[in-house]
Amino acid sequence: MNAQTHEDFGGATPVFYDLDEHDHPAGGSTALGFWMYLMSDCLIFAILFACYAVLGHSYGGGPGPKQLFELPLVALNTAMLLLSSLTYGFAMLALERKGASVRAVQGWLILTGLFGLAFLCIELYEFSHLIAEGAGPQRSAFLSAFFTLVGTHGLHVTFGLIWLATLVVQLETHGIGPDNKRRLMCLGMFWHFLDVIWIGVFTIVYLMGVLA
Amino acid sequence: MMSPMDHPTPPVSPIFGRLTIDSLPLHEPIVLVTVVVIAIGGLALLALITKYRVWGVLWHDWLTSVDHKKIGIMYIILGLVMFVRGFSDALMMRAQQAMAFGGNHGYLPPDHYNQIFTAHGVIMIFFVAMPLVAGLMNFVVPLQIGARDVSFPYLNNVSFWMTAAGAAITMISLFVGNYARTGWLAMPPLSGVVASPDVGVDYYIWGLQIAGIGTLLSGVNLIATIVKMRAPGMTLMKMPIFCWTALCTNTLIVAAFPVLTAVLALLSLDRYVGMQFFTNGLGGNPMMYVNLIWIWGHPEVYILILPAFGVYSEIVATFSSKRIFGYTSMVYATVVITILAYLVWLHHFFTMGSGASVNSFFAITTMIISIPTGAKIFNWLFTMYRGRIRFELPMMWTVAFMLTFVIGGMTGVLLAVPPADFVLHNSLFLVAHFHNVIIGGTLFGMFAGINYWWPKAFGFKLDRVWGKRSFWLWVSGFWCAFAPLYALGLMGVTRRLSHFDDTTYQPFFIVAGFGALLIAGGIACLAVQIVVSIRNREALRDVTGDPWGGRTLEWSTSSPPPDYNFAFTPVVYDNDAWWDMKQRGAVRPTTGFRAIHMPKNTGTGVFLAALSVAFGFAMIWYVWWLAAVSLVGLFAVTIGHSFFYKRDFHIPVEDVERIENARTRQLAAEGVAA
Repeated sequence: MNAQTHEDFGGATPVFYDLDEHDHPAGGSTALGFWMYLMSDCLIFAILFACYAVLGHSYGGGPGPKQLFELPLVALNTAMLLLSSLTYGFAMLALERKGASVRAVQGWLILTGLFGLAFLCIELYEFSHLIAEGAGPQRSAFLSAFFTLVGTHGLHVTFGLIWLATLVVQLETHGIGPDNKRRLMCLGMFWHFLDVIWIGVFTIVYLMGVLA
Repeated sequence: MMSPMDHPTPPVSPIFGRLTIDSLPLHEPIVLVTVVVIAIGGLALLALITKYRVWGVLWHDWLTSVDHKKIGIMYIILGLVMFVRGFSDALMMRAQQAMAFGGNHGYLPPDHYNQIFTAHGVIMIFFVAMPLVAGLMNFVVPLQIGARDVSFPYLNNVSFWMTAAGAAITMISLFVGNYARTGWLAMPPLSGVVASPDVGVDYYIWGLQIAGIGTLLSGVNLIATIVKMRAPGMTLMKMPIFCWTALCTNTLIVAAFPVLTAVLALLSLDRYVGMQFFTNGLGGNPMMYVNLIWIWGHPEVYILILPAFGVYSEIVATFSSKRIFGYTSMVYATVVITILAYLVWLHHFFTMGSGASVNSFFAITTMIISIPTGAKIFNWLFTMYRGRIRFELPMMWTVAFMLTFVIGGMTGVLLAVPPADFVLHNSLFLVAHFHNVIIGGTLFGMFAGINYWWPKAFGFKLDRVWGKRSFWLWVSGFWCAFAPLYALGLMGVTRRLSHFDDTTYQPFFIVAGFGALLIAGGIACLAVQIVVSIRNREALRDVTGDPWGGRTLEWSTSSPPPDYNFAFTPVVYDNDAWWDMKQRGAVRPTTGFRAIHMPKNTGTGVFLAALSVAFGFAMIWYVWWLAAVSLVGLFAVTIGHSFFYKRDFHIPVEDVERIENARTRQLAAEGVAA
């Protein structure tokens, strides 16, 4: 909206209509809207963390974190996710460079996807290992809360990967335009947000569970 | 370890899941008759649409529309249709309770009765009140802030269809299987898989999950719209009060609905996977569910009431021909209520036994809410004071609201006192209280709003005579139906009973039943009012676009507004922008029009909703293959839609000129200064 607001009209009738209005580019509210979505998603994780805090010691006679979690494996997993955020950052840098090449952006995105995939595989390995030990999500409220919190994060990473693959294709079909830039910015926010959540998971679930 | 598989449930067929021929209500005459009547009505509707060849119009102009006005109207139609269902449930309960005393067990078996009170609560909150509120906000907010649409028009269409899909799933439970028997919040362990192994609770979960997605997206959309798309000059403190209440309500939605989504997901995990969140064994904690659901549930009631407060604020100012009294205090009162909405949830279960200090905290925060609310009441009264009040229908509803809501608010403060609550918890006193505030607050507000903005939406006013009949039947019917429940609650009668041994209560229930009949008359008069008004639309026509002497920007454009709302975006200098323009002789431009940039319609929302219904139905009935197929379909449609990059178009300048010139001629013919 480019009309000026005139507070002092000097007795003249003020301008009541914007007679010289131009098109508003699409997506002007996208960053704000997507932030709000992310914060609402953050609330879902807040609830899952709250459940873990309340139920995290309700072992139901079953195993607890000290018997179950292997920190080296989780450390590797964390490294995968953090590296994927780093490569996503490089993708955005490649995007902002003058005369950005689609190939470079796609390359960094694919690398990001591979790190994400590695993260998911390690997580699934951990889950299957726990279930094989008889420590599945049905065993106790603690394990229900654990699997749900970590699994919901993993589900988000999965959605992120599908989205990322879609964008790699769309970069191919539509190139680097304002629409794709906006989409990459949103996915970036989503991806880094999942990192932040994971830091919480790593600290509260794994570190505090094993070291406490 | 308990998993659903360990329970003696019927075998799950790989093709039909849990569905069998017995899932159809063939042995329940009441349900069967209802189903047949609805089926005949539905077929008749489809036949009429086909006969008059309106499928094309319906699809292109309405179902796929991204126009916020049409989406708003569709929300309101959805709300009114579901209201008929929800009210039928209410009538059935009132009839049962009026007769089931001593040896008489009434006409509804307990199992059916339990489903009815659950469905009544769920439908009235999620599929009546929420769509009505969302509909009014969608229709009015962009017009009031001088915008041409919302921030994310396509998302708006998806939101509506997700709400409709949730309503559809809830309605399907009437035809196939059954609904939850748990009460409207489905508290575990009753809603767990051990106590409720069949499909009822699953219908509840999936109906709400799918509708909840729509509500959340709509909340994000309207906040972005209000923050980003206000006309030049409209600072936050120059926004109409209705926009402020919409902003606060949508903030509550975005900050509360994820909690509902999460808690229902956890309940699903307990039910489907055999997890232990809310079970009684292996460390589960049912009170965790109660806390979480009310952390959503209490903000929810403010989500419903705040927009109604906004409606009353607009109406009081317009029909008193005065600026709203205490604008700033009104805004701050709304914001304070928004914040406090998160700090009171525990008052719904003081009886949990969390101790005196916790209960005191939540009692005090609850009572504090009555201060900003009381400030609002005084602001409305002072707006009316020495105003030239016109008792048109919207104003009548507003006055009825003030009288009714104050009583409901005061009984709320009574319930906020923990020792009193220990006596009144789950009693009919509580039932009377929340109907007092939801009907007297939200519903009256919606009726006021519908009467107020109808001429804006359709270009003619609603009939006054039938409107007054509806009004008086509603208001008297409300008191007749709920005053006895206050008395019964004080005598110790608890809610959700389908039979009473003590016959001395019967007269009260008969009076309450009579009240429900009066309300039925009120609803019938509302229907007649709409039909009569459509028939007499030429006599009721308003060509000015400003039939009430309005103060805000929606009245500055034609009725119904053109697709683009405003040919030129208005520039705002005052809280009552349109009033200010009229006072200072703003002249409507009649030349110099330009092509207008608008979003394109899309059918994606309809497809997503249809696939969501299929997915929900499949999950409810354990039809795993259908669930997988529809989930893949949901992804495919979403991703497919993202490949459409060209989502906008220009309304050609010739079209704008044609529409605006027609309005110029019309205004001149009426002798109205532009």
